[in-house]
Amino acid sequence: MSANIARTCLRMLTLLPLVSLAISGWAVEPSAMPGTSGATAAFQLPPLPYAQDALEPYVSARTMSFHYGKHHQAYVDTLNKLIAGTPWAGQPLEKVVAESADAADKAAVFNNAAQAWNHAFFWQSMKPGGGEKLAGRLLELVEKSFGGFEAFKDAFTTAAVAQFGSGWVWLVQDGDRLKVVKTLNADTPMAHGQNALLTCDVWEHAYYLDYQNRRKDFVQAFLDHLVNWEFAASRLK
Amino acid sequence: MSNEKLQSASKQVLAPLPYAENALDPVISARTIGFHYGKHHKGYVDNLNNLAAGTEYAGMTLEKIIAATAGKVDKAAIFNNAAQAWNHTFFWRSLRPKGGGEPPAVLKKKIEAAFGTLDACKKELATAATTQFGSGWAWLALDDDKLKVVKTGNADSPLTKGMKPVLTIDVWEHAYYLDYQNRRADYITAVIDKLINWDFATKNLG
Repeated sequence: MSANIARTCLRMLTLLPLVSLAISGWAVEPSAMPGTSGATAAFQLPPLPYAQDALEPYVSARTMSFHYGKHHQAYVDTLNKLIAGTPWAGQPLEKVVAESADAADKAAVFNNAAQAWNHAFFWQSMKPGGGEKLAGRLLELVEKSFGGFEAFKDAFTTAAVAQFGSGWVWLVQDGDRLKVVKTLNADTPMAHGQNALLTCDVWEHAYYLDYQNRRKDFVQAFLDHLVNWEFAASRLK
Repeated sequence: MSNEKLQSASKQVLAPLPYAENALDPVISARTIGFHYGKHHKGYVDNLNNLAAGTEYAGMTLEKIIAATAGKVDKAAIFNNAAQAWNHTFFWRSLRPKGGGEPPAVLKKKIEAAFGTLDACKKELATAATTQFGSGWAWLALDDDKLKVVKTGNADSPLTKGMKPVLTIDVWEHAYYLDYQNRRADYITAVIDKLINWDFATKNLG
């Protein structure tokens, strides 16, 4: 059964429309909670785009099982509990992130919504056999913005190592320039109107089982062996 | 030469661990302590010494560096490393093999005055430690003369809020990930029940 047919069947079974996002197929989408009648649409954990052991040896299957199966799942589950019965139930995830950003009394919603989005984006930012040479418009923009591919990698690694505590490092597009930005905890460029192309998770849970204190080694493995440049290029506006 | 001068003439030193690296096993493994003390804590001390070399901060006590740099955006790196150096030394002392149990009477009385019961205090501490989003610390601290539970993000500590730390639990993921992975709550329960050094906490009341 193809993924499309499976999805169509799921829609028919749930009798509730999926709310599609800007990039359908990867982002966390609200859909019906199975086994509940008349339930408000809830977010589902999106499928991992590869097997849990597919990024070995750079990210172990053990790390993926906790990171995807426990951490990412928990953000989605917690978000669903927090927004059940509120106007955000059934809304696209990006809308929940944008509307809860910078509202101190909505910190829990923002943290879980943004982490649900960030992790889905992170899985797409990697692929087995990634980290190949850049080409096309993305390469041109990298060279124009950073002075070269190696200079980009240096800037990305420096930001990743310098992000104190938990957070994320990103490649974002700002008009016809690319920038490296780092964000704390759940914060995300999307909440600041920036177009994210790529991210690397630098919460310790992303690398501690495999690299312990050696965050820099993890980020270098990410850049050299895991980055999904096709995904990054597909995000260019 | 007075102690103060001796200290002011020297770099910050990684304080010795007050027990063997395997002494907290199985609640905290020797492997975790090996990285946590030998890499993370040492890294903060080394970074601080590198950052402070040749500056007004060289030779200051950790407490003075923390007070002088807290809240200053352009001093964030020095603050982070100084506060993390202090926090970790304080954390090691907040734990001991065969800890937990009943606090000494003087501390228990103060806990009951502030929280009602010891269990209520432990529950509030556990909740703070579990809900600190991202990296950080949960603390028992004296605010004037009253005990409070406080949680802080990243390197921050009650010192920067004019409070006196009494004990702390590290909830950076590096403190528990090798042993508990995503189960932070299990780590916190085990630490509170089996490792908390109430004698050290009692000394900090003075």
